[in-house]
Amino acid sequence: MLYNEPSPLEVRVLTRRFGLPDSASLDTYLAHEGYQAFQKAVKMTPEAIIEEVKASALRGRGGAGFPTGMKWSFVPRNSPKPRVLVVNADESEPGTCKDRLLMEYDPHQLIEGMMIGGLAVDAHRGYVYIRGEYRYLIDHMDRAIEEAYRKGWLGKNIQGTGFDFDVYTHSGAGAYECGEETALLDSIEGKRGIPRMKPPFPAVAGAWGLPTLLNNVETFCAVPAIIRDGGAAFAALGTPKNGGTRLLCISGHVNKPGVYEIPLGFPMMKAINELAGGIPGGRKLKAVIPGGSSCPVLRAEECDIPMDYDTLMKAGSMLGSGGMVVMDETTCMVRAALRIMKFYAHESCGWCIPCREGTTWLRKILERIVEGRGQKSDLPLLGDLAKNMLGRTFCALGDAAAMPTISIVEKFPEEFEAYFSGKAVESAARHEPAFVTA
Amino acid sequence: MTTTAVETVTLTIDGKTIQSPKGTLLIEAARKAGIEIPAFCYYEGYSLQAACRMCLVEVEKAPKLQVGCTLPVAEGMIVHTDSPQVQKARKGTLEFLLTNHPLDCPVCDKGGECELQDMVFRYGAGESRFTEMKLHIDEQQWSPVVFYDAPRCILCYRCIRVCDEGMGVGALGLGNRGASAVILPNKVTGDNQHYLSCDECGACIDICPVGALTSGIYRYQTRPWEMNHVGTICTHCSNGCKTTLGVRNGRIIRGNNRDHSGINGEFLCIKGRYAFDFVEHPERLQSPLKRVGDRFEEIPWSEAIETVAARFSEVKAAGGKFGVIGSNRTTNEENYYLQKFARQGLGTSNIDHQRTGDLTTLLDALQGRGGALATVADVYHAKAVLIVGSDLSQQHPLLAFQARAGVRHHDTRVYTVTPGPVREDKYSARGVIAQPGGEIAALEGLREDLAKEPELVILFGDAIRGDAVRALVRFADSLSIPVKYVCLLDYANSRGAVDMGLTPDLGPGYHPVDRPGLTLDQMLKASDLDVLWIVGANPLRNRALAGENTFVVVQDLFLTETARRADIVLPAASAYEKNGTLTNVCGEVQRVTQAAKVMGTKPDLEIFGLIAREMKINVGIWQWQKMFEEIRKTVRGYNVPLPVVATGGAAQTNPVNGRVPSLIRPEEIRSAGDTLFTSGTTGRYSNVLNAVLESPGRLYSGK
Ligand SMILES: Cc1cc2nc3c(=O)[nH]c(=O)nc-3n(C[C@H](O)[C@H](O)[C@H](O)COP(=O)(O)O)c2cc1C
Ligand code: SF4
Ligand code: SF4
Ligand code: SF4
Repeated sequence: MLYNEPSPLEVRVLTRRFGLPDSASLDTYLAHEGYQAFQKAVKMTPEAIIEEVKASALRGRGGAGFPTGMKWSFVPRNSPKPRVLVVNADESEPGTCKDRLLMEYDPHQLIEGMMIGGLAVDAHRGYVYIRGEYRYLIDHMDRAIEEAYRKGWLGKNIQGTGFDFDVYTHSGAGAYECGEETALLDSIEGKRGIPRMKPPFPAVAGAWGLPTLLNNVETFCAVPAIIRDGGAAFAALGTPKNGGTRLLCISGHVNKPGVYEIPLGFPMMKAINELAGGIPGGRKLKAVIPGGSSCPVLRAEECDIPMDYDTLMKAGSMLGSGGMVVMDETTCMVRAALRIMKFYAHESCGWCIPCREGTTWLRKILERIVEGRGQKSDLPLLGDLAKNMLGRTFCALGDAAAMPTISIVEKFPEEFEAYFSGKAVESAARHEPAFVTA
Repeated sequence: MTTTAVETVTLTIDGKTIQSPKGTLLIEAARKAGIEIPAFCYYEGYSLQAACRMCLVEVEKAPKLQVGCTLPVAEGMIVHTDSPQVQKARKGTLEFLLTNHPLDCPVCDKGGECELQDMVFRYGAGESRFTEMKLHIDEQQWSPVVFYDAPRCILCYRCIRVCDEGMGVGALGLGNRGASAVILPNKVTGDNQHYLSCDECGACIDICPVGALTSGIYRYQTRPWEMNHVGTICTHCSNGCKTTLGVRNGRIIRGNNRDHSGINGEFLCIKGRYAFDFVEHPERLQSPLKRVGDRFEEIPWSEAIETVAARFSEVKAAGGKFGVIGSNRTTNEENYYLQKFARQGLGTSNIDHQRTGDLTTLLDALQGRGGALATVADVYHAKAVLIVGSDLSQQHPLLAFQARAGVRHHDTRVYTVTPGPVREDKYSARGVIAQPGGEIAALEGLREDLAKEPELVILFGDAIRGDAVRALVRFADSLSIPVKYVCLLDYANSRGAVDMGLTPDLGPGYHPVDRPGLTLDQMLKASDLDVLWIVGANPLRNRALAGENTFVVVQDLFLTETARRADIVLPAASAYEKNGTLTNVCGEVQRVTQAAKVMGTKPDLEIFGLIAREMKINVGIWQWQKMFEEIRKTVRGYNVPLPVVATGGAAQTNPVNGRVPSLIRPEEIRSAGDTLFTSGTTGRYSNVLNAVLESPGRLYSGK
């Protein structure tokens, strides 16, 4: 069963096989253009593959939106050390639930994307690091990998091309931080997942110190289409520098929550009102988290914008991992802020002081406010503490915790005032936004 | 040696233009320019963490504050370490840090010496905005030595690194996450009680910037400012670590190398840091004893000295036979005085001590070659180190630490030849297993690798003695590379004992004597000794004395097996209770300074002097300075610069020139096989050493 009904407004590139009978099977994949891109790539030079990815204007779907082709070109292909490939399938950003669908409904697309990545950087080994909570998906991926081996699409001399490629899955153990690329690498190595110092970047010294090509699931999944149909064709789907389509996970106060594949530049209001069927009960929109809980919140009036990396950046937020959370007028933003901070306080790895102590302190203040024990000075305090974290932590988790907090404090001061004056505490209609997390 | 020219860059820190080698970390470049960039997690010599975020500074043109402890300096960099933005960041970070810190400074061991206190004093805000509940976890005791108070922990990871990288143990790690993150020891029992299995060296406690790690020995004993600090030398093994004893009301309550100076820097093992407690062991002898039948009776010092002197004079007058056994632990001045007493005062050459390594054969084989004896620093700086027949980490903790630091800092290659696995295996370039006696043959297996090394320091244990030492030197010579040696000896002044001539065949400075006397074993076996005078040694621990009618005088701290056989026992002061000099395993002379006084005891030098005076013989003034002067003037190699020793430094003695015609009997050379947790007699009376759970290393023990 599909997660949600597809919408005719979608542009289905990565999800084109979703809904086919037995879509996860190798046969279905092969019957629908599967592994054609690999057959094409295997005849291309690594430079040509990377050029094609550059031309696609594909940007990382894991959160930071870094140009993928550029990242691929950083991996030293002629290093004396073997290169490895890592897929970030830790998908833990609240609001985000797309990678699971890509793996569940079309695992071979991911494997093919990895193989092309392998060709591009001359790597012969790939790891799919899957969050521990996706236990069933790990088994599912393992079955797809096993089928690929069995039918000669993985292993030695794949389909007589002379190319060798092995894929392994690796389970996370329930830490959001292990989605941060360098913490993930430590975790793969069997260590505690703590982010590493950069430089060196993973491209140069990643897993086991080897040059490592690391991308999000969706990023790799976009690659077969890019190679098959050409980078330019993919790029043309989106806006300049924001190539192609991406999976948008719409949750919260909408009639049809779900994962929709949109071309970059798709209008945000159209996504809410048409793709996701609008807000229930005709209620008014209050705020949107556009790309996962790490992104600054946008007020309703800020939402009439196209969804691409650059426009959202200009609007003071981020497209992030595509986890869009829609909050209507009944939402209590203070409790939304608390819900978010609970997450980060729980997930902070504890390595650095500002994040470790800051997230917990912020959580405690927000809890106190919600319990009716807030005071006027808490509002500037929240903002100041979050700013004391921003830009000062070891990894981006600290920023991810600070940014939504700062935006809520600055954009919704009146909601805090309502708690300080005692009005909000009695109001029963308020509830936390329903994040879709797996 | 080739020196590669290091490029210099010019940068500006707080308006000061400075030059620094390219690649220097900003925090170090600033420090050299006299500008402090504060940090908790940064610790020179250990891996970088960038975790505490205290060192954030403003670098012009950078989009956000930069991490001073990981940022290499670059040409034209303009840095501000005290701009309003930086000040706010530090304030903010300290405020965060204090949210879950208990601020129980009034009852914290670290209060007054705490880096967090200092940091908040200097950079913190005047008030806290934190009004929430603090997290609390109960304190845990991990071992008799180590206690951990998680709430005080600021998670700087210094303890983890010093244990792993510095000690090569790796007993500490990080558990939980977020604000609940804690340091964890390596063992957890069934009922979830933590305990620590490690060297119990306390390095983690020492390096902890706050009071999170405290020692079972020192905790709640004092406020730091109530102590006097006495810089001296550890009295246990031969490595000669500098230590600062914290003394209050005449009691030693703490040992650490407070200023990280000297040959050991921040290093001390459990013995140097904690095993000073034998000083006040209840069984410590505090009055002279006289044998009455099969009992001992306490007698006054005057009576004891008179009795000994009378007997010595009597035997001397009658042309009787003396035997003198000296100590591995008494000072150079005492050893020198004792041999002079024996040779000139009593007219005997029967003087020896328990030899723990074949230094004399090494010196003879080297024949006065200059620069052939390594210092402790050489072990660190060496490009390659070869360990033959010693469990170095167990028996010579400082030397092992230095080799490890060399591996970490400049890729020293360590080679081992041992009868079983040793800690060095973890980082050694190559190790070969060889049974005792087979070491020299086994060396051939390393020849190819060793010959490629630019230089080598060889450390060898007591298994290499007699001809094996000569074979070792021949082997090293055949490598055609510069080689230095360390002959491993057991105790704090084992080296000084040989140098000062506590041997039957060689006088001070290895001058052969006319008529060599009896060795230690020969003295024990001689049934016709009239007097046996044993100073700070326990030869009768597992051997018997043949002379049934021998008058035995023993100077010691405790009623040892040897003291039990004595006719007169004289309670001696330990090296923590006296002044003088000691010579460590590498021939480095260092000063010991009296820290404590135990009622009823006397330093051995004073005891010697009193006996001499009573006998009306002139052996010299029993003042350590006078004796040290005499040693510097008369003992070959000991004309060391006074200021170095006087200021707490280590001055290496010069090697003996020419041959050393020793009559050494290799079979009498025997290390006691002490480990990290044993130290001969004093170790047996150390509660700390007896309390730790770790079993001593087995490789060379129990001989
Ligand atoms: C705290 C934190 C959590 C992250 N979690 C994920 C994740 O679950 N999945 C993911 O793909 N990227 C995650 N990222 C981003 C990765 O660090 C990395 O940028 C990304 O995987 C790179 O792939 P891309 O270039 O294809 O986006 C996270 C980053 C941070 C700072
Ligand atoms: S910001 Fe610091 S404490 Fe937070 S997750 Fe990253 S490294 Fe860990
Ligand atoms: S116990 Fe001390 S040294 Fe170890 S992390 Fe905590 S504060 Fe740092
Ligand atoms: S290594 Fe030796 S000298 Fe140093 S502290 Fe330990 S016992 Fe004392």
